[in-house]
Order: sequence, then C-alpha cells, then structure tokens
Amino acid sequence: MNTWFSFFRRDVLAGAAFLILVVVALAAAAGPWLTPYDPVAVDLASNYQPSSLQHPLGTDHLGRDTLSRLITGARVSLGIALASTAAGLVAGTTIGLVAAWRRGLAERLLLQVVDILLALPELLLAITAITVLGRGTMATVVAVAIYAVPSFARIVRAAALPVVGSEFVLAARASGASVVRLLVRHVLPGCLSPMLAHTSVMLGSAILLASGLSFLGLGVQPPDAEWGAMLSRGRELLRTAPLGAIAPGVAITATVLSFSVLGDGLRDAADPRRMRR
Amino acid sequence: MAPAARLIGQAVLRLAPVLAAISLLVFSIVHVIPGDPAVIAAGLEASPATVERIRRDLGLDRPLPVQYGRFVLRALRGDLGMSIRTGVPVGREVLDRLPHTAILAAGGVALAVGLGLLAGLCAALSRHVLVDRLLTAGSLLAASTPSYWLALMLMLVFAVTLGWLPAIGVGTPLHYVLPCLALGLQSAGAVARMTRATVRDVLGQDFLRAARAKGVPEWRVLLRHGLRNALLPVLTLVGLRIGGLLAGTVLVESVFAVPGVGRMMVDAVVARDFPVVQGGVLVVAAMVVVVNGLTDVAARALDPRVRG
Repeated sequence: MNTWFSFFRRDVLAGAAFLILVVVALAAAAGPWLTPYDPVAVDLASNYQPSSLQHPLGTDHLGRDTLSRLITGARVSLGIALASTAAGLVAGTTIGLVAAWRRGLAERLLLQVVDILLALPELLLAITAITVLGRGTMATVVAVAIYAVPSFARIVRAAALPVVGSEFVLAARASGASVVRLLVRHVLPGCLSPMLAHTSVMLGSAILLASGLSFLGLGVQPPDAEWGAMLSRGRELLRTAPLGAIAPGVAITATVLSFSVLGDGLRDAADPRRMRR
Repeated sequence: MAPAARLIGQAVLRLAPVLAAISLLVFSIVHVIPGDPAVIAAGLEASPATVERIRRDLGLDRPLPVQYGRFVLRALRGDLGMSIRTGVPVGREVLDRLPHTAILAAGGVALAVGLGLLAGLCAALSRHVLVDRLLTAGSLLAASTPSYWLALMLMLVFAVTLGWLPAIGVGTPLHYVLPCLALGLQSAGAVARMTRATVRDVLGQDFLRAARAKGVPEWRVLLRHGLRNALLPVLTLVGLRIGGLLAGTVLVESVFAVPGVGRMMVDAVVARDFPVVQGGVLVVAAMVVVVNGLTDVAARALDPRVRG
C-alpha cells in the first residue's frame, strides 16, 4: 500500500488517471443504485431532448435517459474489457512462457502465429471472429481476447527469456521441479511487472475496440447500454441533443486515456531506464 | 539493381507465409460456422435439389484441401465468389467500393504525415518544455479518442454548427475532408512524437556540427542533413500504420455514410453474407500485409546500415 502511495506521489499523472478509473469503476459497480431512470425504459414522447434538470444529458432517439445509460454502460464496457483482457492474458502468457521455454520448432511456430496475428489490424481480426460467432456481447469478448493474445505472448516471452536462462531456474530444475511448477513459480514472477503495465494499456485498447464494434452494430446489441453502441445513432443527436453524442465519447476517451497513462507510469516505475525525461 | 531485386525477393519470401495464413483463415470462415456451407449459400428456403446443385457448383463436395486450393487459385484470378444476398460477384463489388476506402486511407495518411512532420519538427526545434508537454499530451489524447467519435465531433463542429463542409455521403472532394481528418489525426500524434524524437537525436550528431562548421546555411542543415536522416523511422512508423488506417476506415465510413469496403463488410456480417465478408477481409488484409512489406523494403533500401 505504501509503495503504491509513493508511486502516485512521484507520478502525479498516473495518480490522476487512477482516480478517474476509480470513479468509472464505482459507476460500474454501483450502477443500478445511481441511475436516475431505467436505462432501457422507452419514452417516445420525450425523445431527442436537450439537457434539462430532469435529464442532465438529455434523451436519445427512444427517449431513454442518456445519463442513466452512460452509468449503466460503464459496467458493460468495463466488464467486456476485463473479461477479454483476462482471457487474452492467460492465453498469451501461456504461449509466451512456452515459447521462452521450448526453444526450436515449437517456439518458431508459436512466434510465427503471433506475428501473423500482430500483422492483421485488430478490426479485421474482430470482424472475422464475429462473422463466425455471430453478433453479440460474448462474440465481442472473444474477438477482443483474440486481439489481446499476441501482444501478451510477445511481452511475456521477452521478459521470460532472461529468467529461463538464470541459475536459480537451473537449480530448481536440477532439484526436480516439474515444468509447470518451474514456469509458474520461478519464471512467471519475473515477468509480472511488464505484464501489469501492459494489462493496463490493454484494458484501454480493449475498451476502444469493443466500443468500436458495438458502434458498428456488431458488438453489444440493443437495447443494452454500451458506450460505443450509444453513439451508433449519434449522428441523429447532433442537431437537437448534441450532449447525447458528446458524453459517451468523453467517457470512452477519459477511461482509455487513464488506462494508458497508468500503464505508462507503471512501466516507467518498473524500469528506471525508461523514466520520463 | 541487384540489391533491390534481392530485397524484394526477401520481402516476398517473408510475406508468402503470412498471405497463406490469411487466405487459410478467410477460407475457413465458411467451414467453421455452424451449419452446412451449401445450405447457407443456397438460402434456408432452397429445395434439397437446389442445395445439391449448389454444392456441386461450388465444389463443396470435394475434399477440403482441394477446396482450399481452388479458393486460392480463384482469388488470385480475382474471382471471390458471389454475394448470397445480391448475386453480384464479390470481386466487382470490392472493386467498385475500393476507391472510396483508398481515398480515405490515402488522405488520412497524407494528413498524418503532413501535420505530424510539421508539429514534430517545430517541437524538436523549440527548446520550450511547454511545447514538448503539449505534443505528448496531444498525441496521447489522440490515441485514446475513438475515431468514430472524433468523426461525430468534427461533423458537429464543421458540418452542423459552422456549415462549412458537407456532413455525409460522397460526391465532391469536400466530402472527404472530415473523414480523412478523423482518420489521420490519430496517427498524426504518433508521427509528431516520432519526428520530434528522431530529429532531436540527429541534431546532436557530429555530422550536423560539421555541416554547420563548413558554413552550410541553417535551413539547409535542418532540411538536408537533419530531417532527411530523421525521416527513416518516421517512414517505417507510417508504413506500419497504413494497415490500421485502412481497417480504421470501417468505423469512419459508417459515420459519414461512405460506400466503401468497410461499410460493405459490416453490412455483410449483419446480413450473414459470408462470401462478401470473406472477399472484403481477404482484400484488405492482403493490402495491409503488402504495404507493410513494401515499407520494409523501402526502409532497407534507404538505409545503408540495414541494407547489409
């Protein structure tokens, strides 16, 4: 706890980013108790309303309260990002560890697959995955997880390579530790700090990709509130209730920015050579 | 000319497995989805006889490796199959729509390079800390902003509020200004940061001091010796980003109702028109991979140190 406190005192930007993320996380956790209206309640008589005391951020094309949908959307967007990043982390870490451990053909094959996945733009990969799986929240989680796998694999392998060759790993191996135990207990701890930094950055990228897919109508399906999906009819809001189109984008940008600032801060703190000039 | 030929040969060798993997990925879409590909192609209401005819016509009764081989050979000839929904050849559909997407991507790249170089050069030359901070903050902000939301905001300001530019559709060159801005601004930040870093790096080198010492005018020192040597990493960065920009048009085309390849793919996913999705993904992915390969060749050709 103390080290975290001193980290945020040294890196004020990362501290501010962390505070923003706490607010978003609170909105996600306490969503249903915070929303002034039912986020899916249709009220066609009062659609496209500008900001007012009753509806601080106005209403959308079906008369739903934008503020309530924004708060509910925090849970959906953050949930998708957490689930997909966790899945990508587990799969990518496994690939990275195996590639660092088994040199030779296995490593070359794994790295070739990782490189091909990295060479493809994330949107193309996601569209391919969603074509196979069909649209929806689950398909979005899988698509974003696939996008997260190769970068985790690369980072974990790079961090694990020097550890695998170190003497304490050799000692553990000599004393008869199994490969799994060796990798999880001895090699993995040495990779944790770059993994932590990349997890933060990846959570931001996951939100960006997932909201983009929902914006296109391929991700979270109506009537569920999601920040990207709220913008999919944003064009119609511009003339009468522009706040409805502005607010979800601000929420996405602030959250993504916070995740990447926090990730950069964590990376710099873990590696003194990369301290900001 | 021999080294150039060798470079290209190396690039082709490196690209071939990637392109093969992409074609395999795209080919397997129809075979991985639940359901019989022949039924999907014929439509759910088709009679069993029609389904069998289509199975034979499309070669779906052949072993999978044979089917894959035919798929690749046909794709190389530009035959990407027929749209299930409209019956139009996918290849023609892609060709019709590709110009819009290409204009958006090219405009986005041009904007990113122009703005990025200018801002990066200014930041490198200014000794002010504030300029540095602003640039870093700006590029970080740009990277975190969803392009489709930026597109909406540009539309709100320049089309709805000010009325300077058309909001949606295509037709005049003016229609492409806002979409290209929405696409390019994100990469402009990255280009600016890279330019600043490399120019500053080069400015400290001995050969610049030597050039100044022998009396080369300052502007010439900066452009001929400074910028030229700083450009290589920027070129590599831009080349790698063109892929993302090409795919990123999917989102921007949606906002501005541009009838490009991206919009076509999204509509096809929704309508479950698989050949169209396959064709779109194959063409865009191949373009991305080839552009990345060309960047690599160009970077090696321009840099005597990597030419080796």
